Amino acid sequence: MSSTLFTILLSFFSVGALLSLFWSQKKTISNLCSNLFAIAGSLTGIILGAFILVTQEVTSLIFVTGLPLFSLSLRFDMLAGYFMLIIGLIGLASSLFGMGYMRQYFKLYNIGLFGFFYNLFLLSLFLVVTASNGLYFLFVWEIMSLTSFFLVIFEHKHHDTIKAGILYFIMTHVGTMFLLAALLLLYGATHTFDFWQIRVLAGTIPDWLKDTVFVFALLGFGTKAGIIPLHIWLPKAHSAAPSHVSALMSGVMIKMGIFMLFRLFLDIFPNIPLWWGIVVLIIGACSSLLGVLYALAEHDLKRLLAYHSIENIGIILLGLGSSMIFFSLQQPVLAALAALAGLFHTLNHAVFKSLLFLGAGSVISQTGTRNLEKYGGLIKVMPYTALFFLVGAVAISGLPPLNGFASEWLTFQSLFAGVQDPRIGLRSLFLFAGGALALTGGLAAACFVKAFGITFLARPRSTESKEAKESSWMLVVPMGFLAVLCVAIGFGAGNVVAILEQVVAQFTLFRPSEIVAHEGSTVVIQNGFASMNMPILILTLIAVTSLVFLLTRWVSRKQKVVRDVTWDGGYTGLLPFMEITATAFSRSLVLIFKGLFQPTQQKKLEYIDANIRYFTKTHEINFATKNVFEVYLYQPLLAVSIMLTKKVKQIQGGNLNAYILYIFLTLIGLFFWARYF
Amino acid sequence: MLLIILKLILLPLLAPLGVGIIRKVKAMMQSRPGASIIQPYFDLWKLFHKNETISRDASWIFLVTPYILFAISCIVLIAVPVFGKAEIHVPFGDFLTVIFLLATGTFFLALAGIDVGSPFGGFGSSREMTLAALAEAILIFTLLPVAFLTDTTNIAMMAVLATNLSMISYFALLFAFLGYLIALFVETGRIPFDNAATHLELTMIHEAMILEYSGKRLALIEWANANKLFFFALLGANIFFPSGLTMYSDTMSLLLALVMSLFKVGVLLVVVALIESVIAKYRFFRLPDILLTGFVFGIIAIIATNAL
Amino acid sequence: MSIHSKIIATKQTIIPIDVLSQEEDVVQIKEKMNKKIRHLFKGSLAIREVDAGSSNAEEQELTALANTFYDSERFGIHFVASPRHADMLMVTGPVSRNMARALKKTYEATPEPKIVVAVGDGAIDGGIFKGSYGIVGGVHEVIPVHFQIPGDPPSAKQILISLLSIIESLDRKGAKK
Repeated sequence: MSSTLFTILLSFFSVGALLSLFWSQKKTISNLCSNLFAIAGSLTGIILGAFILVTQEVTSLIFVTGLPLFSLSLRFDMLAGYFMLIIGLIGLASSLFGMGYMRQYFKLYNIGLFGFFYNLFLLSLFLVVTASNGLYFLFVWEIMSLTSFFLVIFEHKHHDTIKAGILYFIMTHVGTMFLLAALLLLYGATHTFDFWQIRVLAGTIPDWLKDTVFVFALLGFGTKAGIIPLHIWLPKAHSAAPSHVSALMSGVMIKMGIFMLFRLFLDIFPNIPLWWGIVVLIIGACSSLLGVLYALAEHDLKRLLAYHSIENIGIILLGLGSSMIFFSLQQPVLAALAALAGLFHTLNHAVFKSLLFLGAGSVISQTGTRNLEKYGGLIKVMPYTALFFLVGAVAISGLPPLNGFASEWLTFQSLFAGVQDPRIGLRSLFLFAGGALALTGGLAAACFVKAFGITFLARPRSTESKEAKESSWMLVVPMGFLAVLCVAIGFGAGNVVAILEQVVAQFTLFRPSEIVAHEGSTVVIQNGFASMNMPILILTLIAVTSLVFLLTRWVSRKQKVVRDVTWDGGYTGLLPFMEITATAFSRSLVLIFKGLFQPTQQKKLEYIDANIRYFTKTHEINFATKNVFEVYLYQPLLAVSIMLTKKVKQIQGGNLNAYILYIFLTLIGLFFWARYF
Repeated sequence: MLLIILKLILLPLLAPLGVGIIRKVKAMMQSRPGASIIQPYFDLWKLFHKNETISRDASWIFLVTPYILFAISCIVLIAVPVFGKAEIHVPFGDFLTVIFLLATGTFFLALAGIDVGSPFGGFGSSREMTLAALAEAILIFTLLPVAFLTDTTNIAMMAVLATNLSMISYFALLFAFLGYLIALFVETGRIPFDNAATHLELTMIHEAMILEYSGKRLALIEWANANKLFFFALLGANIFFPSGLTMYSDTMSLLLALVMSLFKVGVLLVVVALIESVIAKYRFFRLPDILLTGFVFGIIAIIATNAL
Repeated sequence: MSIHSKIIATKQTIIPIDVLSQEEDVVQIKEKMNKKIRHLFKGSLAIREVDAGSSNAEEQELTALANTFYDSERFGIHFVASPRHADMLMVTGPVSRNMARALKKTYEATPEPKIVVAVGDGAIDGGIFKGSYGIVGGVHEVIPVHFQIPGDPPSAKQILISLLSIIESLDRKGAKK
């Protein structure tokens, strides 16, 4: 059954890709083809994922190819099923959105080619989560990286897009390089590329080799996931891509890194040493905190969202890291809880982040700018986009009663469990992580007050936002779908936890009996240490709010509501530029964390009469922050590599004779090596 | 269930009294009689019977925020214990849930501040969110030690079980309480963080966001603030000084426990007012220092808890 | 601690209520208030002060209302920061041409029911600035005025007494109807 569904899925995406390319001259048909087949494929993915989750059936398929070591090994288990469900849901929404969104590009770019890569990209995501042979995995991983690279540089007429694309290309291949090294090391120790055989043989791998593989895998998958400090490609690439591609990349693709980290450290390697978990936890804490802080300083809507992806990856890693630590400490119940929290947040982040990116896309397609300072007042002209964006904003800030809260709550609980550890070092570590998460939650709320408030509220700050209209239904419906999903997952948090218990139970590390407790819709942690009941909370909220509304209506039934202008202190009229701006909103937080941002402020004053300095003609303030990672990490790295390449250039002078000499010398060397070693 | 509904009605009705007490004590500290302690009720009654003037730029966010804020402030009051063991079965009594519910209210209020496009509202929101972001962590970290000592995160349960704690654990709780007090001051907008009585827009935090509200919506927001103050006082009084909570559920002991709770709240509010009277408002960028102090108190308390 | 004991040791110097019960000559010019409003404003009156070009003398006196001697707060009278929160506008000064519009906007921004009180001779008819080209005239030329408190400036005591009798008179007017 799984294999049949997977074949259908495969053919949908392939046909979509080819048809889209075939009709690339007829843009409308091409667009329709690519997205309709993508929708069909995604739907199949949802069905397949749900099917695996319901039947809990593990299927392995191996197609032996003529090549040695390289076999098309597929494996459908609960974890893969869960991720397929996520990919399917986001793919569905993004493809429907894309159908409307791509219209603005009809006259400018090649739609057929886009559709081709788009379908291949979605397909590669499904292939990555099912791959179970190392080489084959690298192959599909590379397809994913390349297709997403082509999607990022789709708007290739902008210079910045190309630059962002190149950066992404380099970073992702640096990551792949580490992955290749890690896999080769594993092959060296076990003589197989098959993940499940590696799992069996994992006990025989020497410790130092396992540690090296851990570091390489963390670097490789971490680059894809966008952990700090390997994150620099993420804000640039995500903001350059078309919005529904950003939604897919941010919602799903960076999760592939997370998926493999879960797979490797919780599923494939047994008996992980303690320090692995500690490293992951520290990286998680730093990524979440720094991610949200950078997001605060950002005033490009899509980059802001991209930085929030880094934050949320950090939160997921907090779950993964504590799970690894608990497992090393032989506390499988807590380990399962933490892993569950991480996986739950993966789903939630995929849903609300894609929702927010689609919302951003809807806004950008109307206003033509990504600059927050140019927006304002869009809630009146784009009511649906605003409503759905608000749902996403509340969810990502981890506020009840939506889904973000449920998973952050679980993450908090697993960190709290760590704080109770008797070892002082670990306790301090978990305290640090808990503090980082608490601060992250608050800062994320601040950041989304800014993002939503500046974009949708107050009055329009530019003519573009004044003339904006609501996007077409094709853009609004997928957002609505994801928003409903946010509410539904929040409401049914208990049920999702129940499913995730099964997913987690399938990890070899956890025996099926050791599961987090849940009683109906109530999630109960650690024998009643903490419990949460989302449905009752939501219903109480609704009931009390409506009661308050009705009572107030009744008490003040005779009073009238008068509409007037905003109170302006008696001034002759408030102008939009007097409203608070995104930069101003986050300025106090930037100044509080000035060690990180290193803000610079330049004032330029011009007087009407330079001798009498009373009346200013223009007053310009430049408030800028420094990207510490670029300045202190990547620029020195770049300088070193440029210096090295200059050294290499000396032996690579372009002289053909010299090259032949090199080849000759190498050959001689190889002969000797083969002879004597 | 009956008790929950009783609390839902009773506590919001009592809440404005808390504001009245603080104002009265502060007035007495300034050598003047001041308004009577039931003044807040008059204010609310008047506001409910006034017309509303709402900006044309306001969207539905501005219109629904007071209702959400008020409803949340009532719901969090349910979660706090007043009587004792009889009310531990609140399905959302977990302290994280309660803290994040309050954050939801702040989130919407900050949006409403931006909504009308007045410059005052905008920077009010900015400041409020800045402080709220930092304060949330303190609140979590100062309640956590109590949760560890009592092995539950359900607020009512925490309070009930805290009655049996040994004297030595009060050493840890002392630090937690100090940190909590700082969280109380920042969350309820007290001096040195915010001055509720200020008329100067440039120094406002909370007031700046609600400058645009009038009539019944203003009344709801003011009332929600009273609820919030009452919530923090009640939580502090019953978690850190739980004696007085009853284990029984007959009417007499419930009544006694209620009176005890209210008495403790009164004392705590007087202490708050006394502290407020003798310190000056701090410069905005000095506030993170105080907040950090609160955070450190919380961490000391947690470390001390585990050392016990 | 020393500050607390000092506060307790210091005697209150508040103006007694019986001094305030005497009648002051408040001039009432509108007769639109009804009984309900009196009930509303008896215990709680929020005042927004509008300086429409005064010499600041009235402001000094109004500021004094909140001090420890007059303490208007014990009657539920307090000043607010926004006209949206206000029940009463206290306008001072001859309305200068520049402030006329601001005054009108403040009036419009204040939700009903509202009372407008012109404080000081300047606000009543222009006072010593009467006839000047820089002013529009009394407050009543710009917005409807309900009560006037004469004096240049009226003393704080006078203002407080007037305020109390205004609240009382709201009731009497309503009772007659």
